[in-house]
Amino acid sequence: MPGKTLYDKLWEDHVVYTEDDGSALIYIDRHLLHEVTSPQAFEGLRLAGRQPWRADRNLAVADHNVPTTDRDQGIADPISRLQVETLDSNCAEFGITEFTMHDARQGIVHVIGPEQGATLPGMTVVCGDSHTSTHGASGALAFGIGTSEVEHVLATQCLVQKKAKNFLIKVNGLVGPGVTAKDIVLAIIGKIGTAGGNGYTIEFAGEAIRALSMEGRMTVCNMAIEAGARAGLVAVDDTTIDYYYGRPYAPKGGDWFMAERLWRDLHSDADALFDKVVELEAAAILPQVTWGTSPELVVAVDGQVPDPALEADAVKQQSMVRALQYMGLSAGQAITDIAVDKVFIGSCTNSRIEDLRAAAAVAQGRTKAATVKLAMVVPGSGLVKRQAEAEGLDKIFLAAGFEWREPGCSMCLAMNADRLDEGERCASTSNRNFEGRQGYGGRTHLVSPAMAAAAAIAGHFVDVRQWLDV
Amino acid sequence: MQAFTLLNGLVAPLDRANVDTDAIIPKQFLKSIRRAGFGPYLFDEWRYLDHGEPEMDCSQRPLNKDFVLNLPQYQGAQVLLARENFGCGSSREHAPWALEDFGFRAVIAPSFADIFYNNCFKNGVLPIVLPAAAVDGLFQEISGGYRLLIDLAAQQITTPSGLKIGFDIDDNRKYRLLNGLDDIALSLQHADAIAAYEAARAKRAPWLFVA
Repeated sequence: MPGKTLYDKLWEDHVVYTEDDGSALIYIDRHLLHEVTSPQAFEGLRLAGRQPWRADRNLAVADHNVPTTDRDQGIADPISRLQVETLDSNCAEFGITEFTMHDARQGIVHVIGPEQGATLPGMTVVCGDSHTSTHGASGALAFGIGTSEVEHVLATQCLVQKKAKNFLIKVNGLVGPGVTAKDIVLAIIGKIGTAGGNGYTIEFAGEAIRALSMEGRMTVCNMAIEAGARAGLVAVDDTTIDYYYGRPYAPKGGDWFMAERLWRDLHSDADALFDKVVELEAAAILPQVTWGTSPELVVAVDGQVPDPALEADAVKQQSMVRALQYMGLSAGQAITDIAVDKVFIGSCTNSRIEDLRAAAAVAQGRTKAATVKLAMVVPGSGLVKRQAEAEGLDKIFLAAGFEWREPGCSMCLAMNADRLDEGERCASTSNRNFEGRQGYGGRTHLVSPAMAAAAAIAGHFVDVRQWLDV
Repeated sequence: MQAFTLLNGLVAPLDRANVDTDAIIPKQFLKSIRRAGFGPYLFDEWRYLDHGEPEMDCSQRPLNKDFVLNLPQYQGAQVLLARENFGCGSSREHAPWALEDFGFRAVIAPSFADIFYNNCFKNGVLPIVLPAAAVDGLFQEISGGYRLLIDLAAQQITTPSGLKIGFDIDDNRKYRLLNGLDDIALSLQHADAIAAYEAARAKRAPWLFVA
């Protein structure tokens, strides 16, 4: 019999009951909640007269709607305010721990989970948010769910699931200087497409992945969903163990040693079989910039906007034409000739301390271009913000003409007041460049934090590698 | 949840690949704490010429007359014919809520994003995966008044010309949808198994059971 993949191990460890058709009831170790996808689930519990199966496995935070300025004045938009207040009252009613908007630990749900040790290796982690795949960086099986499933997890601590297939993506060798986790994952999506991972759990492996920090691995797993996979995984190693030691919700004392022993087995066996394998050479990956309205529409910074006429597939060609029209670009344009109006550094993809350090290293001693209307830095959590301030990063950003904001999802999806105006072009460290994502008629280019900071300073995209030795 | 058994529904074609959930229901409408009422905002940025906001009276808004759902021959459509990777992007269940509230009971595509696919079943909306060539065939055949007979029990679609096309679906999902069953009540039938699992896991991983 062949060995097991990491995904096989995690799945088998959580099966409560298997149906005849192979679908299974699997146990959920950690349920994260936020204000947008939970109110209807709590309402469902109330209507059915049900209580949470285990309130202590739930952790809630308001992140999508919260303002990133003048937070002491509350939320101006009454509909957003009601949604956040509804989360507060639901958590109080059902006995669920919540980091409210004014808690120092508040932040983006996918940033605070690992930061608190509330999501750990070997767990099953779910949340009513597709970027739950982020937590797979620790060797946890983590995926996004809909609101009906949020209600199901609250009521049963389980989910009905069918096992996905195994997909191994190996990134061989090491990336060059100035090339980051974001560039790796964008290059992967460019190669396999946004539907490439449909029906699969992706394990990211290879020397380039091993060399990433936990923050970098989270960036990669975060965008597994942009490759179509509900869950992304990275095997446990010393980097993982070191990251979680001492976190507030991590095991303590004897439990820690017991946990570490179990977690050390969270890797695919050498003879494990995968349904699909794709390999990339890290040295060939350059800083990436998306040019279209799907994350797969991406090129290296030294490239040009592609020509739809050269695309053989008619459906793809039509998508490209439409994307160019929406983005206001033309085929053959050099990426470095594209000027930006706004820059957003933040989101569950790139708002951790390492991301802010990378952006600050580029911004240090430089000034935002006058043509850039706004460059905003939105830390992923209150604790990331505090750490960045302790390192003086806020002062670097402010001196460079960037804005330094309060934590939240912010302009990744523009549910709060932070958004693009119609026709505005943005260099963004977030995860989706869909039409209207960052605001009605807004145009998004996905890049790494260093690339975003460089675009803010130059006023257009630049190859950040050229600035490394300056 | 409403059951899905047999549907003889008017078909509307949406000839775009990678239709994402931000397009199906834009984020500003996700601020609602209700489960109903999303239909008027389905495909908001494509359906209307102005920028939509929650609680707007959509009957007063300027329509994009070229958008397929605004064409007279597709009024009352219950089946959406789509291209690959339909429903990609976020996990928002507001997307199937909006489709269902608008009147769609089935979506046919060569492939769906996993979370969206899953969410449809919780809301009495049947997502049907057909081979790309079969979907192409339907796109070519479609015109105003084109209806498909969808029989979930038989796992079969019948076109107006009498062509029968079979489709796959998990037994468990089919059973729940045919009967409109409440997932939670079904899972709670296994309450003893859940409790037993917890007791065993508490021994293996006691740190997960420290309050």
